[in-house]
Amino acid sequence: MGILEVKNVGKRFGGLQALSNVELSVKENTCHAIIGPNGAGKSTLLNCFVGKLMPDTGSVMFDGQSVLGRTPYEINQMGISRVFQTPEIFGDLNVLENMMIPIFAKRDGAFRMHAFENMLDEREVVEKAEHMLEEMGMADARNDHAASMSRGNKRRLEIAMCLSQEPRLLLLDEPTAGMARADTNNTIDLLKQIKEERDITIAIIEHDMHVVFSLADRITVLAQGTPLVEDDPENIKGHPKVREAYLGETQAV
Amino acid sequence: MLGLNKKDTLLFWIVAGMALLAPFLLNPFPEGSSLAQMFNAGYPDLMQRFVIFGILVIGFNILFGLTGYLSFGHAAFLGIGSYSAVWMFKLVGMNVIPAILLAMIVSGIFALLIGYVSLRRSGIYFSILTLAIAQMCYNMAYSVLGNPASNFNLTNGETGLQLSLDDARVLGESVTADGALPVTNFFGLAMRSSYQMDVGGWLFTFNVGYYLSAIIMLISFYVSIRIFRSPFGMMLRAVKSNQQRMNYTGLNTRPYILAAFVISGIYAGLAGGLLSSMDPLAGAERMHWTASGEIVIMAILGGVGTLIGPVLGAGFNEYFKNILSKINDQVLHDWLAFMPDGIENAMVGFLHYFVGKGWHLTLGIMFMLVIIFLPGGLVEGGQRIANKFGRKKNSDETKQTPAE
Repeated sequence: MGILEVKNVGKRFGGLQALSNVELSVKENTCHAIIGPNGAGKSTLLNCFVGKLMPDTGSVMFDGQSVLGRTPYEINQMGISRVFQTPEIFGDLNVLENMMIPIFAKRDGAFRMHAFENMLDEREVVEKAEHMLEEMGMADARNDHAASMSRGNKRRLEIAMCLSQEPRLLLLDEPTAGMARADTNNTIDLLKQIKEERDITIAIIEHDMHVVFSLADRITVLAQGTPLVEDDPENIKGHPKVREAYLGETQAV
Repeated sequence: MLGLNKKDTLLFWIVAGMALLAPFLLNPFPEGSSLAQMFNAGYPDLMQRFVIFGILVIGFNILFGLTGYLSFGHAAFLGIGSYSAVWMFKLVGMNVIPAILLAMIVSGIFALLIGYVSLRRSGIYFSILTLAIAQMCYNMAYSVLGNPASNFNLTNGETGLQLSLDDARVLGESVTADGALPVTNFFGLAMRSSYQMDVGGWLFTFNVGYYLSAIIMLISFYVSIRIFRSPFGMMLRAVKSNQQRMNYTGLNTRPYILAAFVISGIYAGLAGGLLSSMDPLAGAERMHWTASGEIVIMAILGGVGTLIGPVLGAGFNEYFKNILSKINDQVLHDWLAFMPDGIENAMVGFLHYFVGKGWHLTLGIMFMLVIIFLPGGLVEGGQRIANKFGRKKNSDETKQTPAE
């Protein structure tokens, strides 16, 4: 049994069958990549895991509990954190405040009316946030305006925010999309480090083969809304079906 | 002090100083001079409006400044608070405290209902919903609920809800010994009673109603600072910044926004209750959409999302509304008497449209100028001035460093 079990998921948008018969099992403490050409349904599938979309058929179980019909914040509280394709952070807040919000969410739940509690008394949360920033090498940026950071640092902050909640499953939606080469390599190193140091399961959607083969323990190839193959990275590289559907266009990799 | 950091404590004491010394600060010109007639604002009625509208906008700023949700119907809560307070005076007694409490409770309940409905949408649709609901409240108060002929006359329609000699007032007296209406009071201290101090040519008025309102304004201001600086305040700023990230961080945004909406509704109800306490008369025009618009304008004038902005915005708006509407053609003629007659008449004819009944025009132009040149409101203006002086200091320091 994997920590995330996807069974027979299908989703139709009007005339387009975006997903059909998707079966997927993500084992605990592994990094599972979902790859596929444009329009294969990768993002649609991810949106089914986090409560943004409701599949028409099938089931999505996280740690034995269904996530279907739950709201994104409930699913997050179950232990799934999501990193977006374009970094979603609180641009108007400073970096330290950005770090504190997920820590509050983890501690206090989805809503708490702490209107008269004083930030000065929240030492524990502040320290935890500062510690996390240090770990990510962002301690100097703590008072910076989050919106003014580089794309790479925004991504780093977003990942740090997700990690501060100590999620059991981290979902990454094309984490290096639109990044410069140096930023991409930094992000790969960061994710590798996270994988090694933490007990965490990672599911990653990615376009960049370099990223996929540097990180994944297991790969599922999606084409036209159905899983084509699921196997270890070595076998995926040479798989004829995969070459035909996907890698054929990117021989250079 | 009281859980505020140094900067906020200083800010609080500045506002407290301004509010408590207002009778002096607002009367800079000697009594009887023509400047005093025009620019002195140290009389009770106007000072009360300064602080009461200050409360209203401080509360509005908790919603609009922190969450970015622009309510265009906030005057509804002002009106609801006003009516509730007058009913308290009619039925129970003339002490203002129960009246103010009832005003806050009733407007809080309304804010909960209206917020629950309106917050199903965000952005412009939220604004339109609040506007529509507030206009419904206005029209109901004006007509359906205010028909003097019916048994259920809640608002007394066009005339407005006022005290009468045959009100119950179970804990007070319906009529005073000399057959007049009793006056609103704070445990016996009449709101309208004043102490006047004659110093040289100056006349300073200390009014009970003003000081009660000022103290309540300071409490409201303190509460708002605490909310701004609390984890809850940070969550509200996060709502404004990125709701998607909030949802995917395990936070349910709606109760946060609803709580902010209810808090700002209670502030507005408190302001309404105070308005009725100063003058026990509540009319539907307080709920009109133009009144809601004025709240938005005051907030933006002062500086949205800043602590002191609402107080400045409310004061600026009320002050200029008051002096501009006092200037008439005669005053203009006096001011421009040094000009040749023809030009003087032409100037007066031109300026006539900007003063007296035309005060809206001048205030509108001021508002436009602030929006265009100081998008952060008066607070941004203050910061720019401070920066100029600050930069001078810094450059002095840098000049000194190489010499060392």
